[in-house]
Amino acid sequence: MRAVVRNRVVRRVAGTLGTLFGVAVFVFVMLRAIPGDQITAGLGTEAAALTPAQRAALEHYYGLDQPLVTQFFSWLGNMFTGNFGYSARNQQSVLDLTVQSLPVTFELAVLSIVLALLIGVPLGMVSASKAGAPRDAVGQAVSLAGLSIPAFLLATTLLSISAASFGFNPNGQGFATLLEDPLLNLQQMVLPALVLGFGIAAPILRTTRAAVLEVRSHDFVRTARAKGVPERRLQVRHVLGNALVPIVTMTGLQFGYLLGGAVVVEQIFSVPGIGRQVLLGIQQKEYAVVQSTVLVIALAFVLVNLLTDVLYRIIDPRVRAS
Amino acid sequence: MPRGAFSAVALTAALSIALTSCSSSSGPATGTGAPAAKGLVVGVTSDPDTLFPWKATQFQAVNVLQNLYGTLTEFDKDLNVVPGLAESWETSEDGKTLTLKLRQGVTFADGSAFDSKDAKHSLDKIMDEATAAVAMASLSSVKSVEAPDPATVVLNLTGPDAALPANLATVNMAMLSSDDTEEKLNSTPNGTGPFTLSKRVPSQSITLARNDKYWGGEKPKAPTIEFRVIPDESSIVSAMQSGNVQLAVFNDPLVAQTAEGGGTITVAKTPQLSYHVLQLNARRGDLKDVNVRLAVQCAIDRKQVLDTAALGEGEVTGPITAPAFKSDPNKRPCPNRDLAKAAEYLGKAGKSGGVTVKAIVSQGEYATSVNEAQNLKAQLAEAKINLELEVLESGAFVDRWVAADFDAAVALNGGRPDPDGSYGRYFTSKGNLNKVAGYSSPELDKLFAEGKATTDQAARKAIYDQVGAHLEENAAWIWLFAGYTYTATTAGVQGFVPMANGSLQYLRTTSTG
Repeated sequence: MRAVVRNRVVRRVAGTLGTLFGVAVFVFVMLRAIPGDQITAGLGTEAAALTPAQRAALEHYYGLDQPLVTQFFSWLGNMFTGNFGYSARNQQSVLDLTVQSLPVTFELAVLSIVLALLIGVPLGMVSASKAGAPRDAVGQAVSLAGLSIPAFLLATTLLSISAASFGFNPNGQGFATLLEDPLLNLQQMVLPALVLGFGIAAPILRTTRAAVLEVRSHDFVRTARAKGVPERRLQVRHVLGNALVPIVTMTGLQFGYLLGGAVVVEQIFSVPGIGRQVLLGIQQKEYAVVQSTVLVIALAFVLVNLLTDVLYRIIDPRVRAS
Repeated sequence: MPRGAFSAVALTAALSIALTSCSSSSGPATGTGAPAAKGLVVGVTSDPDTLFPWKATQFQAVNVLQNLYGTLTEFDKDLNVVPGLAESWETSEDGKTLTLKLRQGVTFADGSAFDSKDAKHSLDKIMDEATAAVAMASLSSVKSVEAPDPATVVLNLTGPDAALPANLATVNMAMLSSDDTEEKLNSTPNGTGPFTLSKRVPSQSITLARNDKYWGGEKPKAPTIEFRVIPDESSIVSAMQSGNVQLAVFNDPLVAQTAEGGGTITVAKTPQLSYHVLQLNARRGDLKDVNVRLAVQCAIDRKQVLDTAALGEGEVTGPITAPAFKSDPNKRPCPNRDLAKAAEYLGKAGKSGGVTVKAIVSQGEYATSVNEAQNLKAQLAEAKINLELEVLESGAFVDRWVAADFDAAVALNGGRPDPDGSYGRYFTSKGNLNKVAGYSSPELDKLFAEGKATTDQAARKAIYDQVGAHLEENAAWIWLFAGYTYTATTAGVQGFVPMANGSLQYLRTTSTG
């Protein structure tokens, strides 16, 4: 039994490492396939005025004169020693940049998911409580709006209205981290979390509705009701409790997606998260920044998946048994 | 609706209201990252990509660095060359020596004194290929630099160079201390400018503090200037409406209109030296024939391009946009669209059936590029000229542009106050951008040489008029229009002078009232 468990863990770890290596190769190759390099990204059209000797000096400065294989394994080897590379633009190590941006994105992701759950699960349950009724139509309309209103439109509209009409625009101030100024930080997170949460609430709402409808058709629900279990307790404990697995799956997926950075929303609300870090890295062709950050994001995604699996075991005894 | 759903909605609303009621954003910012009292906050879409002035080409980097570093000469608000770190300069009779007298008592931010040793070191390093300084070509006429005494620098030239004093005025020619290195300056700028670096939060803000030892007669007004990064221009407008940002410069006319619409922001527009152009590569395909190029020239109504792509915000222009040397667009062949003439030129080229020209277009490099390209395509189609558009991501566009791998390119090129600086590098046969320009001629080489050799302003104007005429008569490129930049300020901001080269050097005279 212990050997079986060990085998599973080994397979899981090997699979994770294989995935991360695949991501590393993919990002490395894709970045080199994009036209331009750090020299043309930095100098723009002025790069045309460089003499061959000037260009050679810059290639040496940025390490672009090394063969690609050397560049790849040098970067990957350094990652294992905690050296994620250096951002010439920011004059900081990528590790330092990531230590600053990842908690910001993590906080935004948590707040967005909490808001999404607060909106999506109750509305999903309300929708499912009487399929086809007006309340279901309202739920479906909210979900359709969440899916179809682009985040950039909602974000820009919210920001413009709150700034122009109410003078409320904490995001116009310099960004404050949760530790520096918790109150200002939460003010700066409210609007972006609302925009992201509204978008994510839609799939959670739909998943909740479908899962609840499915569970409600089971015999044990009818039995519980016949035994006189109060309706509220029946809905929450018996129905929602048994519908949690698909909701957790969807939430985990969305959370993993958010950890990759919600670039557009971060841009509009000036939130210095990990999405912006990757975007700036791509714009400036700072290979080390993009490669290392994407690997960190991939690792975070893998960890969230792992956490989701653990949650399955907690909420569903059948998974534990298998 | 069950109680759970009501609770969720109520909790969200309560959270928003509670946080909103605690907001301090209705007045000047006071939270973390907020400016000190009477400090000026400038909204920018990006932070500098480098703090090393000799390699800075990005607009945001140049704007920050020109407030930190000093140059031997400077431009005034009308783009005349005026003394900077050099109090005066004199050209020898044969034009082969430029002697500059340096200002005394100037210090760097670290307190060390600026003298001729620093000036010689800076110029020598800029001319050294290993430095990879972007302004190296601007010193191509300099043979050597001497520092005979601490207050004098002598530039020995290969020949007369009237454009040299203007070339010395850009931040890419900043004077650095001979003790500094690129590595050190990338993190700790050390200049002689009106401000010093106070704080930098990467990708978020860069704050400058007033340099109380600045040599200028008038000390900087604002105690601090914070360049706050707000990546989206519309979000900068919102930040100005809520009082968090006091000044911003926009290029997109639509954003400027939005800013002005609220009534709390004043927007001033300034004609720019930069110009929108359809670059033609006269060394490729059908465009080798001057008649085909002239047909393109005659088939375009520039005003229509300006109106449809840029809301009419700008002026139709000829090649030279610098106020002192401005070209008259009415003197070009076909100043107005003339399809019959275009057909005639195509006939002369033996291409009455039409031609196809492939044009690269940048998406995202500037707001109006794709709209301009589409209008040009529509207009040229009526003259049997098929402009095949290749819309590229800005990195891909730069790659193709740098390699001169195009028949035509829809571009926004930066102009300079001196026409030699603007076009000598493009249209002389040995210019470092001639490959991209795709055109040169012995006549142009001769005219540019004469322009450099002449110091008399009227004579230079006449020479560059001939340069402009030659470029248009040969349809080297199709110059379209010059746009505006829009300086947006909130109430109380005073003393800022926008410049045609986009410079923010007058932040030093700006106060927040």
